[in-house]
Amino acid sequence: MMRFIRSAFVIGRRDFSATVLSKTFIFFLLGPLFPLIFGGVFSTIGARVASRTERPVVAVIAPQADFDRLTAAREQLADAIGDNSLVRLVGYTPKADLAAQQKQLLASRSPPVGAVLVGGLRHPQLTGALGGNPMEVGQLRLIIASARTGTVSEEPDLAIATVEASSGSLAKDRSNTAQIAQVVLFVLTLMLSTMVLSQLIEEKSNKIIEVIAAAIPIDAMFVGKLFAMLSASVLGLLVWLGAGALVIQLIKHGGVATLPTPAVGWPAFLALAVVYFGMNYLLFGAAFLMIGAQASTAREVQTMSMPITFGQVLIFGFASTAVGNPDSAQGLAAAIFPLSSPLTMLARAAQQPELWTHVVGILWQALWIALILRFGAQLFRKTVLKSGPRTPWWRFGRA
Amino acid sequence: MLRPAQHEQTDQRLAVEATDLVKDFGETRAVDGVSLAVPTGSIYGLLGPNGAGKTTTLRMLLGIIDPSSGTRLVLGRERPLDAAPEIGYLPEERGLYPAMHARDAIAFMGALRGLPIAEGRRRADALLDEHGLGQWGRKSIRSLSKGMAQIVQLLGTIIHKPRLLVLDEPFAGLDAINQGRLEELIRREARTGVTVIFSTHVIAHAERLCEQVAIIAKGRVAFDGRVDEARARLRPIVRLHTRAADGPWRSAIPASARREGSEWVFELPADGPEPLLKALIDGGAGIETLAIERPGLHDAFVAIAGNTAAAEMGQDKPQ
Repeated sequence: MMRFIRSAFVIGRRDFSATVLSKTFIFFLLGPLFPLIFGGVFSTIGARVASRTERPVVAVIAPQADFDRLTAAREQLADAIGDNSLVRLVGYTPKADLAAQQKQLLASRSPPVGAVLVGGLRHPQLTGALGGNPMEVGQLRLIIASARTGTVSEEPDLAIATVEASSGSLAKDRSNTAQIAQVVLFVLTLMLSTMVLSQLIEEKSNKIIEVIAAAIPIDAMFVGKLFAMLSASVLGLLVWLGAGALVIQLIKHGGVATLPTPAVGWPAFLALAVVYFGMNYLLFGAAFLMIGAQASTAREVQTMSMPITFGQVLIFGFASTAVGNPDSAQGLAAAIFPLSSPLTMLARAAQQPELWTHVVGILWQALWIALILRFGAQLFRKTVLKSGPRTPWWRFGRA
Repeated sequence: MLRPAQHEQTDQRLAVEATDLVKDFGETRAVDGVSLAVPTGSIYGLLGPNGAGKTTTLRMLLGIIDPSSGTRLVLGRERPLDAAPEIGYLPEERGLYPAMHARDAIAFMGALRGLPIAEGRRRADALLDEHGLGQWGRKSIRSLSKGMAQIVQLLGTIIHKPRLLVLDEPFAGLDAINQGRLEELIRREARTGVTVIFSTHVIAHAERLCEQVAIIAKGRVAFDGRVDEARARLRPIVRLHTRAADGPWRSAIPASARREGSEWVFELPADGPEPLLKALIDGGAGIETLAIERPGLHDAFVAIAGNTAAAEMGQDKPQ
């Protein structure tokens, strides 16, 4: 085992030095500029997903009769403009301590409450973060007017008290954090892991592969190459994170502190982001190293790049469906499928506070990295080095 | 290093022992039942024309590829990679990272075999100085001539002081001076107890260097033994130049004798030179010159592997 690690380290050190100490590393550091533009295009996918996330509701604390009239008025309006774009109402019977009930509802996660309406139809009063959303406030006014008189000839006065964050706005913000994190992770991995495709071309074209294959196990070479690229990427990532934080600090009032807070908190989220970046990179990198090792020329690598990029986009799309619904069947499937697991789990970290799920996720992903590397090394020996007896495809991978 | 228990179990007289190695590439059988026994400390040549299966045999011995069937024991290990720290390998197709400095390239090859990188660099500097390349140590490989790069790779092959040196066509592409240097390096390594196996399709190199050879043709071992044993398979050659063009002496030379210029060339009869000499003198041949030559490895190769293989071998002459 020690020899395996030492061998992987020798390869990794060589590759890391060759990458980082080359002049082209500057271009590598500038690389994110282009994919960020690309990522902007893909944010439309995120926007689509955002519409599916759990929308905040308005909790109505009122007698049942008032609530029934409000519901009827809302349904009338829904017939005209559609149910999806209309503010949702949930009724609650008034309790003795109205202020406490109001506070409790504003902290509610299920359903996520964006604001609380009290005072019935006669003296409506709205409290919550919804006050910052003029469209939804306007809808409420129309619904109340319609509930009062059956027409909307006169909009009522609606007293509004805005609070900084309700559970509804928090859920939405966390979805945003999840989406941003997924897009950043996707773009970084897209850029870096496709570079791994051409990692073995140098050795194969220089013929040094013979010297390496005679000295160390192919698995160790794969591991060394993968971790060298990961180390170079992490170095780049640190530079990009630093530059990104600086840019946000400069252009956004309040700096990085104004970004929506993830469910697990910033320190844990950032730590998980780095780990999932590593896992995502290693998973795709191992798969791409395996595929790229089959190529003999740069032309073949280029030909492979396009379908592989589309494959990654597909997986990103799959992982995006979990944003807002991490515990849905789709969300769980995306967390279990190895290649979409890191993206999904990072989004989960933004939305759910539990940490044990991440321990399981990371172990699961590590297992798949090892399996892909093992399979890739065997495939390389069989197909590139032409080693061993002919094996039927159904027995492949058992050796 | 081998553990003592393993040392006791293995035959230390043999550095490499291969039995019935077979390698198929699809429908093509590249190596067909090759068995080799390479004595420890010997210089062992694998002779054969291009495509005979030499490189495939070496790759199997080194563990780069696994045989389709057959077994191999390298420095007492069934898995050649287990013995990798004690093996140096120069492949037929040379390869170095072009951007690497010469000393780093040598140290890297040592590191692959378990030599610490700092020690590798120290040894690389010493070796480069010794071979007149000291000023090139901190130059990139791409700035070296092809011959220099080959020497650098060769130094990388011995940097970790291996017990077994495997060189695949090591003389290919080298000029006469570097071929001489390489021959000297191989002899020097062998003098220190290192076992050297090298493949070549140039007979003269094997003849000058090897104590033992295996002649491989069409994936099979046609001969495996000492060079003088290979030669001993043929009778000595007599080259005779006479003043008399004809006469009774002609009955003393075999019917298979052929003319090469003014000389008669034929195998020495089984009863030796004395009866031949007597018959020539008594028959009035008027001997101008008479030379008895031991057959060369080339002649032995022709006899063992056939004329076609020999013709292929002859395409590249040593310098």
